[in-house]
Amino acid sequence: MRTIFAKSVPGRAGTLPDAPAAPAAAHLPQDLLRPAAPRLPEVSELDVMRHVSELSRRNFGVDTNFYPLGSCTMKYNPRFMEYVASLDGFTKLHPLMAQLRGAGHFTQGALEVLYETERLLCEITGMAAFTLHPMAGAHGELTGVMCIAAYHRDKGNHKTKVICPDSAHGTNPATAALAGYDVVNIASVDGMIDPEHLENALDDDVAAVMMTCPNTLGLFEHHLDRIVALTHAKDALLYYDGANLNAILGKMRVGDVGFDVVHLNLHKTFATPHGAGGPGAGPVGVAERLAPFLPISRVVKLKDGRFFLDYDYPKSIGYMAPFYGNFGVVLKAYAYILRQGREGLTRVSEYAVLNANYMRKRLESHVEIPYDRICMHEFVASAVAQAKRGVKALDVAKALLDKGHHAPTVYFPLIVKECLMFEPTETESRETLDRFVDDLIDILTLAESDPAALQHAPHTTPVGRLDETKAARDMILTDDA
Amino acid sequence: MIPDDLLYTKTHEWVRMEDDEAVVGITHFAQSQLGDLTFVELPKVGDTVTAGEEMGSVESVKAASEIYSPVDGEVVAVNEELADTPEAINEDPYGEGWMVRVRVTGGQPSDGLLTPEEYAELLEE
Repeated sequence: MRTIFAKSVPGRAGTLPDAPAAPAAAHLPQDLLRPAAPRLPEVSELDVMRHVSELSRRNFGVDTNFYPLGSCTMKYNPRFMEYVASLDGFTKLHPLMAQLRGAGHFTQGALEVLYETERLLCEITGMAAFTLHPMAGAHGELTGVMCIAAYHRDKGNHKTKVICPDSAHGTNPATAALAGYDVVNIASVDGMIDPEHLENALDDDVAAVMMTCPNTLGLFEHHLDRIVALTHAKDALLYYDGANLNAILGKMRVGDVGFDVVHLNLHKTFATPHGAGGPGAGPVGVAERLAPFLPISRVVKLKDGRFFLDYDYPKSIGYMAPFYGNFGVVLKAYAYILRQGREGLTRVSEYAVLNANYMRKRLESHVEIPYDRICMHEFVASAVAQAKRGVKALDVAKALLDKGHHAPTVYFPLIVKECLMFEPTETESRETLDRFVDDLIDILTLAESDPAALQHAPHTTPVGRLDETKAARDMILTDDA
Repeated sequence: MIPDDLLYTKTHEWVRMEDDEAVVGITHFAQSQLGDLTFVELPKVGDTVTAGEEMGSVESVKAASEIYSPVDGEVVAVNEELADTPEAINEDPYGEGWMVRVRVTGGQPSDGLLTPEEYAELLEE
């Protein structure tokens, strides 16, 4: 497909907007003006319309096809939330309004949405307080770990390390390192955190243990009670990576188990838009003793029922986001939670877990399932046997594209060789799951009889097999080529 | 693909002792697991390295992975070619793909290192 620049014809133009009354250049410092006009494509409005329509037809998303990308929870986002988020009362509200003297009463509805969403997330997770500011999951992690650091500083604790098991999300060690901690990795045993390994690694320098549960193998950690007790005995805090919360909604509240900090990915569990840079949202919930350290502002409800933004938290870690985070995303999650209700949210986790186990069970006689037991919302398979015949996990993934499915996550988690990680999510029907599994079994059968047929897949996509190595080694980041 | 004249680590580095200097790289097994390498980060000449501690990293299209020093000592040479040709590690891990040369200080460098037979056993597990 040609770029819009390649379609440019000198002199061609679309509908021009009204010209400003005075040239903007007259109002700008001369040294900030560009010497020549920018190189923009010269195309008609119809050219643009056809160009973007063609691009959109090449889009692959959950709105068009099954998307079982493990760990990413690519579930369908109901459209009624878009309606709620597009209401004029929200979209036309200026974000500074809430801070203007005397303007607070114009923003009560928006502040109530923030306040109520915090209360709902507290109820769902069992935490004491929430901030909605973080603008992505990893941003939430950083917020959470900064609150942990502030807690230890406030107590006069000298802590330098954070423990991350090898079955945690990859962002966990990155977050701890960014927050200034040394990362200590512990190896899991049979897919689980081993309490003895943890005990050996837990010394007085440990600030926190970061856990993903269910972990990246899709398994629920068995030793939660001991892990909580061991961690707290060293005055270390327990962090819960809530990226997999859609597996436990309505079944377990992490605050009740003893976790001190949790981040949630609204764009996963609570079905707000997802991927390719968001906008996302990664609210953080904390136990009572960590609440003073949450970012400002905080939404407070007065006795007379009015809401206001309170900035008076001297121990707060400060600002983590402009204004109040991605308000529109929070609003959609609020609508989703109210629409689902208690029973609906519980069904989310039940269907997510049922769908994953249905797929796992149908596949287990066709491909190696390294931890073949009841899984949570996702599971991992290993294409080691296929790789010996020349068909790697990557080839299986590419061949699935030719069948019209998105590929599973491959080569993650690192602790499983030739890893394929499937997360069907709760929004898919049994017919869709069956069609996918049938197609995957066809591919695995072909891997035995004719491995060469799979090594150059895909053949039906807008572009064929990409040279990922060349793309990484010879990066070209301009459009001038 | 496990040369007889080298020593190995559990983290898949190899060491060739030349008098009091150790030449270090990653094994054939390590490069085959990582796949095509795209980026190598190595210590600088003059840096002090400690056995078992991170001294650099490699990245492939699949994953990023740390490189651990097999010995205590001071870096006396670094394979600068790898910055432009990381594929040398894939093509010739024990030759052109060498990474650093370390002047060994302290105790016997063979402490804690694996013989070729022991490394072969590790890979079979």
